Amino acid sequence: MTWQDTDVPALRRRAERRHKMGRFGTYTIAIVFAFLAAFPFSWALISMFKQSNDLYVKDNNPFWFNEPPTLEHLRLLFVDTNYLTFIRNTLVVGLAVTLITLALALPVAYALARLRLRWGERMGIAIFLVYLIPPTLLFIPMTRVINYLGLQESLWALILVYPTITIPISAWLLMGFFKGIPMDLEEQAMVDGHSRIGAIGRVVLPLMFPGIIAVIVFAFTLSAHEFIYALAFNKSSAVKTIATGVPTELVRGDVFFWQSLQAAVILIAVPIALVFNAFLDRFITGFTMGAVKG
Amino acid sequence: MAVVEVRGLRKEFGDVVAVDGVDLRSEEGEFLVLLGPSGCGKTTLLRMIAGLEQPTDGEILLGDENVIGLPPRARRIAMVFQSYALYPHMTVAGNIAFPLKAQGTDPTERAAKVQWAAELFGIERLLHRRPRQLSGGERQRVALARALVREPTVFLLDEPLSNLDAKLRAAARDDLMEFQRRIGITTIYVTHDQVEAMGMGDRIAVMNHGKVRQLGTPEEVYHHPADVFVAQFLGSPPMNLLETTNYLFGFRPEQFLPEGIADHEGDREPFTFHVNRIEYLGSERYLYGHIRGYDETKIIAMLPATVTLPISIDQDHKFSVARNQLRFFDRDDGNKIPPQTLDR
Amino acid sequence: MTAANAAGKRYLSDNPRFLAAVFMSPAVIYIIALVGFPFVLAIIYSFTDISTGNPELNFVGFETFRRVLADPVFREALWNTFLFAVIANLLVVVLATALAEVLIKDFKGKWLVRFLVLLPWVAPVSLATITWLWTLDSIFSPIDWVLRELGLITENMYWLGRPGSAMGSVIAVQVWRIVPLAAVIVMAGLIAIPSEINDAVAVDGAGSWRKRFQVTIPLLAPIIAVAVLFGVILTISDMSVVYVLTRGGPTNSTQVLSTWAFIKGIEGGALGQGAAVALFLLPVLIGITAVVLRLARRREVL
Repeated sequence: MTWQDTDVPALRRRAERRHKMGRFGTYTIAIVFAFLAAFPFSWALISMFKQSNDLYVKDNNPFWFNEPPTLEHLRLLFVDTNYLTFIRNTLVVGLAVTLITLALALPVAYALARLRLRWGERMGIAIFLVYLIPPTLLFIPMTRVINYLGLQESLWALILVYPTITIPISAWLLMGFFKGIPMDLEEQAMVDGHSRIGAIGRVVLPLMFPGIIAVIVFAFTLSAHEFIYALAFNKSSAVKTIATGVPTELVRGDVFFWQSLQAAVILIAVPIALVFNAFLDRFITGFTMGAVKG
Repeated sequence: MAVVEVRGLRKEFGDVVAVDGVDLRSEEGEFLVLLGPSGCGKTTLLRMIAGLEQPTDGEILLGDENVIGLPPRARRIAMVFQSYALYPHMTVAGNIAFPLKAQGTDPTERAAKVQWAAELFGIERLLHRRPRQLSGGERQRVALARALVREPTVFLLDEPLSNLDAKLRAAARDDLMEFQRRIGITTIYVTHDQVEAMGMGDRIAVMNHGKVRQLGTPEEVYHHPADVFVAQFLGSPPMNLLETTNYLFGFRPEQFLPEGIADHEGDREPFTFHVNRIEYLGSERYLYGHIRGYDETKIIAMLPATVTLPISIDQDHKFSVARNQLRFFDRDDGNKIPPQTLDR
Repeated sequence: MTAANAAGKRYLSDNPRFLAAVFMSPAVIYIIALVGFPFVLAIIYSFTDISTGNPELNFVGFETFRRVLADPVFREALWNTFLFAVIANLLVVVLATALAEVLIKDFKGKWLVRFLVLLPWVAPVSLATITWLWTLDSIFSPIDWVLRELGLITENMYWLGRPGSAMGSVIAVQVWRIVPLAAVIVMAGLIAIPSEINDAVAVDGAGSWRKRFQVTIPLLAPIIAVAVLFGVILTISDMSVVYVLTRGGPTNSTQVLSTWAFIKGIEGGALGQGAAVALFLLPVLIGITAVVLRLARRREVL
C-alpha cells in the first residue's frame, strides 16, 4: 500500500474541517428551529407580565419591560375569569376520556395484532378510515344527537364523544406495541395453565406499559386540544374547556385581554411540553413498531 | 512494511474499557482472525481500524501511515458486515456501484467495474435483482463485490457468516477462503466461532476483556496456548484442566487415550479414569467422567471411531497422556509456565 | 387447574374467535353509534333544508347542494382547503426531515431544543393560535416592530388584513404546529434504519448529501408518507386555526370547508347547508390520502 500519491495530513485536515462544519450546521439548524418554534411563546411569556400602558404602545420594544412587570393580569386570569374552572373541566374530561379510550382500544388493538382473523387487515384499514372522518363533518348531526340525549351544556357530551377521536389513533399505536411483544410469552403462560385472558393480564399487559403511557399522554392531549365539539356543544362558561374557554371568555367584544390570554396559554403549554418531552422516546418506539411492523 | 498495524490501541466507552492496549501487526496478504467471546473487544478493534470508531489512545497505521483522523473512505479499506448491510432500495448493480459513485468514477468506467466485480463472484445474472430477492449466500457475494469494487488494500469482515444457517455456512466459508486466496488481499476477520477461526486463519489473535491473549498460527494457539483462557476457548470440547497445590495442568480430550492404544508406551503419564457416561457420535466417542485423585473435576476423553476398544461405564480404566502433551499454567494468573513434574 | 386444562377442557374464553368478538365489539359498537350514525345523519341532512329555525327533515333532493355549490364562497373554501393542505404539507415534509435529522444527533442543550421545538404541537391548537393572533396583530405585531426597527418597512404589514398575507399566515401557523409531530414520526423512521447501513455508507465513502438523498430519504419514504398523511388529515380537518386567526376573512379569502361549514351551519343556523359543505371534506381527504399512499407504494422498500 502506498500513500505516495496522497497528502495524508491534508486529508486529515479536510476531514476535521468537514466534521466541524457538520457540528456547526447541526447547532445552527437546532437553534433556528428552536427559535422559530418558541418565539411566539417566549414573547407571550414576557407580555403576560407587561403593564397595559407598556404593551399597547406601538413603538415600545415588545421584548422588554419598558414599565416594571406586573402580576395584575395573572390575578385577573385566576380571579375574574373562569380559568380555573376551565382547567378543572379539561382535566376531568381528559381523565375520563383516557380511561374510556384505554378500555376500548386495548382489546381492539390486541385482537387485531394477535388473533389471526380473516378480516383482521380490513378492520385495521376500517379503523384508519374512521379516523379520516373529521369532527368538522360530524359535529352538526352530533350536536343534534347530544341535544336529543339531553347532554348539551355538560361535560358528559364531551366525555361521550371525544373517544371517537382518540380510539382510532390509540388502537393503531397500541397495535404497534402489541406486535413488538413475542407470541411465545402468552403461549408459555397458557401452557402453564392460565386462560388466555389470564395470560394477557399477567404477562402481556405489564410489558405494554410504555405503550399505555404513550396512549395516556396522547389521549389526554387530544382531548385538551379539541375545539370544535367543545365549541358546538357547550356555550355556557361553567362547562367550557381551556381550548374554548380561553379564546371566547378572555375576549369581550372587540377587547382582547392580551396579557391574561398569553398567561393562560403559557400556563397550559409549558407543563404539557415538559411531560411530552419526558415521554418522547416512548412515542418513538411506538411509532417505529407500528409503522415498521404494521 | 505491515499492511495493518495497531500500537497501544485503547478504547473506552465511559467507564467501560472495550479495548485495553492492543498491539498487532499483520503480514502482507494474510488472513488474520480476531477471535474471542462476545464483549471481548474484537468488533470494536475492527471498527477502529475501519474508522467507524475513534480510539481513546494509541495509533493505527495502514501501510506505515497513521490514519487516525481519517474517515473510513480515505483509508482504502473495505468492510463486510454481519448483516451484509446491502441497501435494500437499490438493485445489486446499484449496491455495487454505490462506492464508485461516491468516489466520482465516471459512468462508463463504473459500469465496467461493476461488471468485473460481479463476474468475480459469479453474480452477473443477479445484477437487476433487489437484496430481498436473494438468498443468504448470494447476499454475501454482493457484499463482497461491493467491498472489492473499490480495490481496497485491506479487507475487514465482522462475523459475516453468523447470520447464515449451518448448512450454508460451510459453503460460504469455502467461497470466502477461495476468493481471499485468489486476490491475495490482507484480511482481518472477526468471529466468536473457534472452529471458523482455526479453519480460516493464517494467524489467530485470541482476545478477551479487551486484550490480545495470544497471537499465533492455529497450531500455535491450539497446541501451545499462552494461558488458561486460550487453552479453554480453543478446542471443542475444551481442554481438560486439573488443579494441584502448586499449579494447573491440562491436556486435550483427544490426547487422553486408553493404555495400550497410544503410539508408544514410553513417556506417558498414567491416570485412572472413572467413566460415568459415553456419547457415541459416529465418528468419535466422548467419554465423560473424572480422574481418581481429582474427583471434583469433570474430564472428557475423545476417542476416534478407529479405536474400537470397548469401554464400560461406572468403571475405572487405565488412561494416559503423553508427557510432552501436558500443558502447565500458573494457579493465580493462568499464564503458561514451563513443564513441571507431576507430583502424584 | 393445570390438570383440568391439560385434560383438554377448553374455556370459552380461550376460543380465539369468541375472544376477538368480545374484544372488538365494544369499540366497534361505540364507533358505529357515534361515528357511523352521525355520518349517515350528515348525509341525510344535506338532502334536506333543515335549519335551527326549521328543525324538521324536509327532503329537498339536491336543492341544498345546488345552493351550496352556487355560493362563490364555497368554491373559494374548497380551493383553499386543498391549497393550504398541499402547500403546508410540502413545507412540513422538508422542515420535519431536516429537524428530525438534527434531533437524533447528540449535542449540548438537546433537551432544551426538544422541549422548545415540541411547544407548537403540544399547546392546544386554539391557544397556540391565539399567541399568533397577537404576533400578527395589525398594530402591535412584534414582527412588524422588529422590521420597523431594522428599517425594512415603514408601515405595518397588516398580516391578517390582506388576503395574500392572511393565507400565508394561515399556512405558516399550520406548518408551525405540525412540524413537531412530523419530526417525531420521521425520527422514529431514522432510528429504524439499521446502524450497519449507516456504517456501510461511511465505508463506501458517501458524503452527507449523497447519503441523505440516495440512502436515508429513500429508506424513509414509507415513514414520510405516514407523516404526510397525518399532516394532511390535521390540516384539512382542522377548524380552529382559521377560525381563531381570521374567521375566514378578510372577505372570505382564507375560508376553508370546515370553517365555512361551521359558520353556515352553527352560526348561520342552516344545518343542512353546513352538513353539505362539510361532506366535501371527504373527497378531498380521500383523494389526497390515495395519492400519498400510491406515491409511497411506488418507492416501497422493504
